[in-house]
Amino acid sequence: MTADSPAVGEGRRHAEGETPSSRERSVPHAGWMVVAGKEFADHLWSARFVVLLFVLGVAALIPMYFAADTIRSAASQASAVSSVFLYLFTLAPNVGTSGVQLPGAWSFVAIVAPLLGIAFAFDSVNGERANGTLPRLLSQPIYRDDVINGKFAAGLAVIGLVLTFVVGVIAAFGVIRLGIVPGAEELLRITIWLLLTFLYVSLWLAFGLLLSVLIRRAATSALVAFGTWLLLTFFGGLITQLIGGFVAPQVGTPDQQASALSLQQTITRLLPDTLYREASAAILSPQVASVSTPATLGGYEQLAQRIPSLQSLDQSVLLIWPHVITMLALTAACFAIAYIRFMRQEVRA
Amino acid sequence: MTAPSTRPVRKRTGRRSAGSASDRRDRDASRHGGGDDRPRAPIRTRSLTKRYGELVAVDHLSLEVQAGEIFGLLGQNGAGKTTTILMLLGLTEPTEGQARVVGLDPARRPLEVKRRVGYLPDSVGFYGDLSGRENLRYTARLNRISRDLAHRTIDEVLEQVGLSARADDPTETYSRGMLQRLGIADALVKDPDVLILDEPTAAIDPLGVAEILDLLRTLVRDRGMAILLSSHLLNQVQSVCDRIGIFAAGRLIGQGTMSELAHRFGDDTAHVEAGFPTDSAAGAERVREVLAAIPGVVDVTAPRRPQDPWVVGVRPAGDETRVRRSILAAAASTGLDLTSVRPLPPSLEEIYRRAVEKAAHGHARDVR
Repeated sequence: MTADSPAVGEGRRHAEGETPSSRERSVPHAGWMVVAGKEFADHLWSARFVVLLFVLGVAALIPMYFAADTIRSAASQASAVSSVFLYLFTLAPNVGTSGVQLPGAWSFVAIVAPLLGIAFAFDSVNGERANGTLPRLLSQPIYRDDVINGKFAAGLAVIGLVLTFVVGVIAAFGVIRLGIVPGAEELLRITIWLLLTFLYVSLWLAFGLLLSVLIRRAATSALVAFGTWLLLTFFGGLITQLIGGFVAPQVGTPDQQASALSLQQTITRLLPDTLYREASAAILSPQVASVSTPATLGGYEQLAQRIPSLQSLDQSVLLIWPHVITMLALTAACFAIAYIRFMRQEVRA
Repeated sequence: MTAPSTRPVRKRTGRRSAGSASDRRDRDASRHGGGDDRPRAPIRTRSLTKRYGELVAVDHLSLEVQAGEIFGLLGQNGAGKTTTILMLLGLTEPTEGQARVVGLDPARRPLEVKRRVGYLPDSVGFYGDLSGRENLRYTARLNRISRDLAHRTIDEVLEQVGLSARADDPTETYSRGMLQRLGIADALVKDPDVLILDEPTAAIDPLGVAEILDLLRTLVRDRGMAILLSSHLLNQVQSVCDRIGIFAAGRLIGQGTMSELAHRFGDDTAHVEAGFPTDSAAGAERVREVLAAIPGVVDVTAPRRPQDPWVVGVRPAGDETRVRRSILAAAASTGLDLTSVRPLPPSLEEIYRRAVEKAAHGHARDVR
């Protein structure tokens, strides 16, 4: 299309009482799509895309290779169980007879996924700055937010592509090698898990984008991003436990202890990693009936008396709803800060 | 659509079907009313000011650049040239004052301004893994130029800046000078009415500079573009610019043509060059006596090497032609060997130095 078509919503910008009659004055507001298109193509041709696809693919396939036997026997025994297909994602397999237990595929994804978000965002704005392309880009007839919106959109598209590919590989492996076919509900659960993972990676993408706006050097912003990822993923649990122990020590009556434990869990939920893991568990394992520890002793008794049963999909979704909202809010917050800071930054370094 | 071959024709058939540059100017003029039928200057600023906290980067700048002229913004690094340019493009908001570019306020309607203004930033950069052509294609897409038109325009501008042979190599293999040429091509892709170039020739070799300056002159002559260029390379500014603005510490301390500036900042002294080859100290002394005796000559400078010409200062500057005649006559009557006589053009360097000195001595208000 050409610039000759009048843009929707352009009229309000004619504040000086001039009629938008002349066609040359209409500027379609689709600059972000051009930026996104270019960024997306760049990502697809970049070495980091290939490397990440490979790493994620291997991370997903290795546990499955070892899980295959276990799943086969489980499938033959439990033909009534409706969720065998989900085992592909959740089963933590033993490696041969050595007794070493690998994490399941979903656990691998939980560890590696943030890298995906960081890798496609950490140098998006400061890279342009360092290249000297930012002033040139901003002197084109696009709004300034088109740049950051386009970059975020391109990042989301690439992430979606990679995650869909990886989940597709796992599912195809299950269908072809193990001969198990997913039911409708399993497919839905996997799709929801895919969206959940997408959201989690988006959070890291927005965080990477924020760093790329705040930090002038791409190397520094990469270091900060990977440092944060390392800290939250591997030491986050320890740190929040430590804080939880100080804030709510487990002393006193069993009831008090139970409520202290519940508070500690709330603190660990400050970590996006925890949010994602809890939500994944609830979606991929229908037997998970609750993601929260009871706050009273009575709650534990109820839990013990509960008849183990499989949750229906809507029950599982209800369970993770707060997690989804929190992750969405965190993503929006990161992006909003990045957006505002970018809009206010001087063009020159 | 016809297949146009020249740029002005394409302009009418392309994305700007609404009218040619002159139509637009008429419209602008009628919109502003007042019966002013003189074409509006594509770049106008009035009391344009930018402060960063305490620092005044640009101080009450008022200038006009007409269509069909090259205006050179001259100043040291940090004098406020780039800040001025960013305000003209709407990339930085002025603290005070007004700018009008192609008749529009860049702070309020940046998109329309940027659509019609080509900009070469200081130390321009490109995406290194893309080829020169691909980089320009991206710019064309951002300007919403149709694929066919972009294809033709890109070939044309690459040819103009002399990069056709390397157009398909990744730009990370380009030299600094090539990047700058590509930057100029990039600014031309959108077929602009106004060209703003920040240090356009800083990294280009001398032969290349001549080509680029020729290109700029052609654009002004054939397309009626208005070009604003900033530079600290005085002789380039002098050779290509119609008018010059001298910038110091955020203030425009003088603007006009070379002769206007020479008149305003000169001390009314003209210089004449005369070749009197001498082979002895006595001969040189004789030449000095003869030259100093001519009425109107205020000082005589001997050459450092005997074969180089002598330079005499003439005051008032209006006597310069008469003094040249007198030199010829003196050579004839004394029998000295005269090889050449010619007037020395005022040097921008001299003017610039004087202007900055004058401004520094607190005369900035009166020279404005």
